[in-house]
Amino acid sequence: MVDDESKPVVEAVGVAKRFGPTVALADGTLTVLPGETHALVGRNGAGKSTLVGVLTGLLKPDAGQVRFAGRPAPPLGDRVAWRQQVACVYQKPSVVGELSVAENLFLDRQPRGRFGLLSRSRLRRAANDLLESWSVPVDADTPAKELTVEQRQLVEIAGALSHGARFVILDEPTAQLEARAIARLFDRLTGLQQQGVTFLFISHHLPEIYEICQRVTVFRDARHIVTAPVAELDHARLVEAMIGDAHGLVQVGKDRPPVPDEAEPALTLDAVGVPDLTEPIDLTIRQGEIVGVAGSAASGKRQLAEAVVGLRPRTGRVRVAGVTVRPASVPAALRAGIGYLPADRNADGFVPGLSVAENATMTVADRLGPAGVVLPKRRDAQGRRAIADLDVHAAGPHQPVGELSGGNAQKVVMARALARDPRVLVLVHPTVGVDVRSKESLLGVVDAETRAGRGALLVSDELDDLRVCDRVVVMVAGRVVAEHGRGWDEATLVAEIEGIGEKHV
Amino acid sequence: MSETLAVGAPEAPQRPPRPTGRPSKRLRLARLRDLALVPPIIALLIYGYTLKPDVFLTKSYLVDTVLKYQTELALVVLAEALVLIVGKFDLSLESVVGIAPAVAVFLVVGQTSMLGAPWPTWTVLPVALAFGALIGVFNGLLVVRFKLSAFIVTLAMLIALRGLQLAIVGGATISNLANRIPTIDNLGSLRILTVPLSIWIVVVAFAVGVVVLGYTRFGRSIYAVGGNADAARAAGIRVERVIWVTFIVAGALAALAGLMLSARLGSVAANQGNGMIFTVFAAAVIGGISLDGGKGSLVGALTGVVLLGLIQNVLTLAQVKPDQIQAVNGLVILVALVLARLTSGKAQD
Repeated sequence: MVDDESKPVVEAVGVAKRFGPTVALADGTLTVLPGETHALVGRNGAGKSTLVGVLTGLLKPDAGQVRFAGRPAPPLGDRVAWRQQVACVYQKPSVVGELSVAENLFLDRQPRGRFGLLSRSRLRRAANDLLESWSVPVDADTPAKELTVEQRQLVEIAGALSHGARFVILDEPTAQLEARAIARLFDRLTGLQQQGVTFLFISHHLPEIYEICQRVTVFRDARHIVTAPVAELDHARLVEAMIGDAHGLVQVGKDRPPVPDEAEPALTLDAVGVPDLTEPIDLTIRQGEIVGVAGSAASGKRQLAEAVVGLRPRTGRVRVAGVTVRPASVPAALRAGIGYLPADRNADGFVPGLSVAENATMTVADRLGPAGVVLPKRRDAQGRRAIADLDVHAAGPHQPVGELSGGNAQKVVMARALARDPRVLVLVHPTVGVDVRSKESLLGVVDAETRAGRGALLVSDELDDLRVCDRVVVMVAGRVVAEHGRGWDEATLVAEIEGIGEKHV
Repeated sequence: MSETLAVGAPEAPQRPPRPTGRPSKRLRLARLRDLALVPPIIALLIYGYTLKPDVFLTKSYLVDTVLKYQTELALVVLAEALVLIVGKFDLSLESVVGIAPAVAVFLVVGQTSMLGAPWPTWTVLPVALAFGALIGVFNGLLVVRFKLSAFIVTLAMLIALRGLQLAIVGGATISNLANRIPTIDNLGSLRILTVPLSIWIVVVAFAVGVVVLGYTRFGRSIYAVGGNADAARAAGIRVERVIWVTFIVAGALAALAGLMLSARLGSVAANQGNGMIFTVFAAAVIGGISLDGGKGSLVGALTGVVLLGLIQNVLTLAQVKPDQIQAVNGLVILVALVLARLTSGKAQD
């Protein structure tokens, strides 16, 4: 930093913010030092997003102060001044997909050429210079919609730096990335850090924090709890600070009884293939068994799950408890006894404007009254039951799911999957983007439900999810390359997922 | 375009999962949204009363001079509301208002021997409804099966049907229908308990609509599909079928509205229904139906119709000159939109 080395890059003191009756942030306090990568962690709803809103000048705090390098924050309307201080790379893209990378980087400040008209050649040159100076390996002419998540994030970071900001907030940058992409991203972040850039790093993945952050701040219940160097706050104490009680997290599924050999099959895949994406796959899930399917995003594991539940065309035969299921029909799969939790709850998990009860009963609308009638009483009763069974934090069955935090919305999606009392659950990335406590509770539900005799197919590349499984199969490029019982070795599994170390072709 | 997100748009701040109000309170608030237009309606009633104190607030005036003229609009708004809630558009409804009665009447009294015409007079109602439904089937085919944009498909359909109607009616007007077709006569002049049949039809249609939308599997599917079609599909809802059926129901409702309009006027004009779709959208949006789908209620839409009807009537009473009334009407609709936005406190989209 060119500025006074001793002054914190950003300092928030006692920031408070309410939305109507809801206290989103009661005591937002944060100090980020020049040149460090600072982690901000907390459960969903702990106030992280609100603090980011205040730090980026998009929300006006009700109380408290924000200072950049010792000077008070610019007035709220002065976007240019804010951009010179701070930038945030969100999970959702903030690029215009139809425009090129260069146009995105210089949106509304395009270099001009003759007659004051915009100059395409200058624009391209300026953009390439910018990308090169921060070592971003992207061509400036690429349309922004063709960028990978990883490239898009780097482009957004470069854009932020070009406004003069040397402090960048990264909001869950790794959530949509694969292991190798995460490693590459971390390399770049370390490089940028050496060039004098300071990061505020938000993540639910605690190991990442130990990997690249120097200090960590924990928020809980809209308050600042602790700030410490990561070396002084081990995993257990970090989790304790996040969830607020000392007993910590339970390792879900540790005490699962072995599945008896004579257990009947719950779900059988006979040479099931997704055209162009997977080879024919055979897999049997017995009653009471959780089978994990691991693999990279390109492995076809998610598409396989979507084919099993009828969202995609497939070849081969799927049987639930011996009965063949009609392909490419979700209603048929539901009736056969398949409960489904989709990979991205915001995309196809819930209807944000509809209530908890309505979303949780969407798969059983035919059972809520006679002849296609939906009795609100019955629906609400089932909604309340879902709220109680799955520990959903909601005002009641009438609250729209769009108002819930990620973890609670996911519990509603889980309730929807369980509503028909399915024989087998197909779960894709069940804990993506949810905090540690919700994760524990969601996996706990899978554990408990399968003990009652259901089977479960759990598609995920989260090691925490896979640890619950009785058996894990690994997919690479559309085929199953390995299978493990309980007690698999992390390094081996990761190597197999990444397609290294194993001969599989 | 969904990927053109505003630069630097923040994620909505996550609210802590703390209950902030009792469910009953939330419920009452949701109902209140339906009634957001009641204050302006009352204001218009009072204003109308000051303009014509002797008759304005009498039943016969409100029924025969205000509401009766809104019945066709109300049915088309009901139809459009269904299509909007399921997340689609149907501009062709205004053409259906013209073409469905035109075809049905033509087959009964037209100078033609096509399809074995003249058909018996009782066929007018079923033929009109079937023709409206058929347009819905076709719209649904293009939108659902061929995945074309509903906006453009139904716009093209609007133009095509308008042309077809001109060809059938031949630029003239098929008139004196009440004497020739008993169904039309009844629709136009029958009264039950002193209230015109057309108003009863609207009341029944909206009552059925409210029950279907609120308390049946199909109705709730409409909201789910409009709110998030992918989530609805993953939950086993037959998304395509729901959309298709909605188009068909909307077409039939618009056809019924058209027949009612012909009955009220005793004729089918070449331009029947022309330009109506703008008022339909205005009423629906003022009434709280979202153009993005998944949001809005029929009660709200109905208050939108009543509001627009009162505005038109009061403008006439206030002796706004006929050549200015359209401009004033447009301005008043803008004001009504702003008022609806302010009283509901929610962004319209």
